[in-house]
Amino acid sequence: MTNKINITINGFPVEIKKGETIIQAADSQGITIPTLCYHKDLCVAGNCRVCVVEVVGQTRLSAACATPCEEGMEILTNSLKVRNSRKHIIELLLAEHNADCTKCYRNGNCELQKLSSEYKIMTQDFLELAPLKKYSVDMYSPSIIKDDSKCIRCQRCVRTCAELQGVNALTVAHKGDKMKITTFFEKAMRDVVCTNCGQCVNHCPTGALVEKNYIEEVWDAIANPAKHVVVQTAPAVRVGLGEELGLPAGSRVTGKMVAALKRLGFDAVLDTDFTADLTIMEEGTELLARLKKALVDKDETVKLPMATSCSPGWIKYIEHMYPEYLDNLSTCKSPQQMFGALAKTYYAKARNIEPENIVSVSVMPCTAKKFEAYRPEMHDSGYRDVDYVLTTRELAILIKQAGLDFNKLEPVKYDRLMGDSTGAAVIFGATGGVMEAALRTAYELVTGRDVPFKNLNIEPVRGMEGVKEASIKIENPLKEWAFLDGVELKCAVAHGLINAKTVMDAVKTGKVNYHFIEFMACPGGCLGGGGQPIPTSPEIRKKRAEAIYAEDGALALRKSHENPEVQKLYKDFLKHPLSDVSHHLLHTSYTKRERF
Amino acid sequence: MAISHQLKRVDFIFSNENDWEKVLSATIKKKPADLINELISSELKGRGGAGFPTGLKWKLAAEAKEDAKYIICNADEGEPGTFKDREILSKVPYKVLTAMAVCGYITGAKEGIIYLRGEYKFLQAELNKAIEEFHYYCKEIKFDFRISIFMGSGAYICGEETALMESMEGKRGEPRNKPPFPTQRGYKNMPTVINNVETLVHTFTIFKYGAKKFYDLGVQYSRGTKLFSVSGDTPKPGIYELELGMSLQDFVYEFGDGDTKAVQVGGASGFLVPRKKFKDAAIGFKGKLVGISLPTGGSMMLFNSSRSMYNVLDNYLEFFREESCGQCTPCRVGCQQLLLGIKAVKRGEKPAAYLDKLLRLTETMQLTAKCGLGQSVANSFSSIVENFQEEMIY
Repeated sequence: MTNKINITINGFPVEIKKGETIIQAADSQGITIPTLCYHKDLCVAGNCRVCVVEVVGQTRLSAACATPCEEGMEILTNSLKVRNSRKHIIELLLAEHNADCTKCYRNGNCELQKLSSEYKIMTQDFLELAPLKKYSVDMYSPSIIKDDSKCIRCQRCVRTCAELQGVNALTVAHKGDKMKITTFFEKAMRDVVCTNCGQCVNHCPTGALVEKNYIEEVWDAIANPAKHVVVQTAPAVRVGLGEELGLPAGSRVTGKMVAALKRLGFDAVLDTDFTADLTIMEEGTELLARLKKALVDKDETVKLPMATSCSPGWIKYIEHMYPEYLDNLSTCKSPQQMFGALAKTYYAKARNIEPENIVSVSVMPCTAKKFEAYRPEMHDSGYRDVDYVLTTRELAILIKQAGLDFNKLEPVKYDRLMGDSTGAAVIFGATGGVMEAALRTAYELVTGRDVPFKNLNIEPVRGMEGVKEASIKIENPLKEWAFLDGVELKCAVAHGLINAKTVMDAVKTGKVNYHFIEFMACPGGCLGGGGQPIPTSPEIRKKRAEAIYAEDGALALRKSHENPEVQKLYKDFLKHPLSDVSHHLLHTSYTKRERF
Repeated sequence: MAISHQLKRVDFIFSNENDWEKVLSATIKKKPADLINELISSELKGRGGAGFPTGLKWKLAAEAKEDAKYIICNADEGEPGTFKDREILSKVPYKVLTAMAVCGYITGAKEGIIYLRGEYKFLQAELNKAIEEFHYYCKEIKFDFRISIFMGSGAYICGEETALMESMEGKRGEPRNKPPFPTQRGYKNMPTVINNVETLVHTFTIFKYGAKKFYDLGVQYSRGTKLFSVSGDTPKPGIYELELGMSLQDFVYEFGDGDTKAVQVGGASGFLVPRKKFKDAAIGFKGKLVGISLPTGGSMMLFNSSRSMYNVLDNYLEFFREESCGQCTPCRVGCQQLLLGIKAVKRGEKPAAYLDKLLRLTETMQLTAKCGLGQSVANSFSSIVENFQEEMIY
């Protein structure tokens, strides 16, 4: 076998794959080499040096993450030399770190804390550097708090922001003892190109980057008898939450989550999936309207391709980076904001509650949703449409604080009126899901037939490929859509902003000719969102995606237009997609932003 | 006694460069393989301080199969107490340019870049004139090789070869992981030969006179001559070309002021040798020399009895604390700990035994730091602390 080589690890001969680094080889043999800067999503940095190992015959130690294995290599991962050095390095990191762990948001889920505990660092012999540095905490962003005193300079966030997202809001500045992770001209996070996607939070090993949490605000609202607190849960939360509560990745916990929310004291537990279905109705109709204007009316002001607008990280990205394409964005609000606008209008009226007494909470896999809820446009109900946004992680904290044994909860159904959903809405949580949902509905609307894919599963838009393409040829449409006969609808899907950049650059240069593009800011779509449980990795995201599609497959209704509550909403309130009421409550506009 | 021969001054490097055109046109008529063998048999080692065999480096680059290759002249002379490359570039620039071109010929590179230290901006105009004339001659003999200057911005770390390349690529000057080495994947991810200014001039000498003339100088494992930047408490500071392998004792006889207490060999990242060890120390690469062998980029700082070795170390550590790029833990935090640590001992806030803890820390830094900077802080720290412990404490 030419693709295998032989090495020894700690004296035991093993056969490993050629081209593997020491850390990968050890991992394949069940040996964990600790590390703080290495991450499976990112390029190798080799700068924390915690992963150093001894390669017999070499004087210096080697970084296991950055050293490729060679035939005959003898590796010691736990020799005295390694242990002593590694302990030293952990001590050095702690000396520079604000190690006030009990007051840290990541207490209990911090990689440095875990390592320090494993190596039983019980004393601090080195001089404490943290108090000497005038560290600042940036808490001006509605989404992310950046505390430099907790930073260990592993640069995961910098690599995340550059490699996964192509945003480069975070960068390394200065050198030596003054070296730090910062932004353009050390501006606050809210004033730079940061999209609030939270991928830096998801990849940070410590508490240097965390979400701004609204836990106490939500408890206050629940405790206030004058307030009617409604909560909505995003599609991806139900396949992530379990991880924070001791279940393996990919656990589907929808019913248990609803049960938990009820026990926490929310007055109504409703579903963002409901407005995801609604989004498809509005957005699908908008797409068909744009196509009609372009193809029949030959209206050259119509902007195609139309881009989705569900992902607030993507929205802020395009506002900064491609503001000349803002008219290509669907005017539809995201499902969260559609829900918010309806909660204080449609829901309030139906339940006969004063909208000012409604507190609207959402649970999202996302940190950018916090920013989105805070946007000045999002007050169409006459009030702030969504009051507080919690991440999946914050919900888990609420559940733990309430002392609920999550595993023992009996599954419960969502409350009525805005709690129904279809499989099409669930898959919003995965990359390609919005596209698939839109196609399921739009194709049927136009032709009167199901999309021509087995079991409605539009496989070309599924999976973790960074950019996916699909096309559907429309044949024999219904009479009113005759102008679409023979048209090949060209679609693309991009997830992770670096892939969004690839697609946008291709659109810009005219290399591609799409009609409709789905953009999601985070790798894997919302299931890999910045508000999801930590850690994240390609394997974990794959499991969450499998859970999403299993959830879809298990539902009786799998097309958005079949959602009975959405049908009722149109009948009783909105009248029809893109109606005046819809326009007022469910659609929005965008703002050009600077590129700092 | 470690020493194999007396201190001897030589004059190769700054000797007449007027024949560079002849040397270039004659050399590029020879076979690349023959030139590599010539270089290997001269046993020339890199003069930047690390001492990698130059012939082997060029051979590896020549063997690399890529269309684009680069030759970089590392003129980011930043080691405290080193000022020889500046002199070379102002006095014999054509030797450097010729050597780069020959290296291009051997390895198949068409482009050479001089990475010039930011503080040497005053050399840029003259150097550009020389490059222009050099290009003119290359055109005349129909030899395709272009040289340009890239200005550094003043960071010490950018003298580290991979940090230098990062900086040339417009990125932050931080060392890369090795492997891959520059001869495999260097500038713009292409095979790259990067040599110190002085190393290149030595290859000029070898191509002009043949390997034997170079090999016959120096001692085993440390062949040829070396430029030394002599500074500190000396009546005759300056730049001297000397044979390698001399004893430090002889060096001090020649350059000391009669009261030499210690010599720092190799700049802030080198070793301090106290008076009692002068006779056991030789300047050259590790090999069969008995006793202490001291490789050096050429910085020789002499200290007489008026100097506090604590102050010397404090000064070096302050330099390292600031000039560490900051990416790797042992170097970034280690340098801060060492500096604050000796201050704390001096002030009595930490016991004298804390110095042992710091010495162990420098061992870890040497074992685990990502690049030569962090690895070599141990050199000056341990040699000063171990030899002048009482000065650290009282």
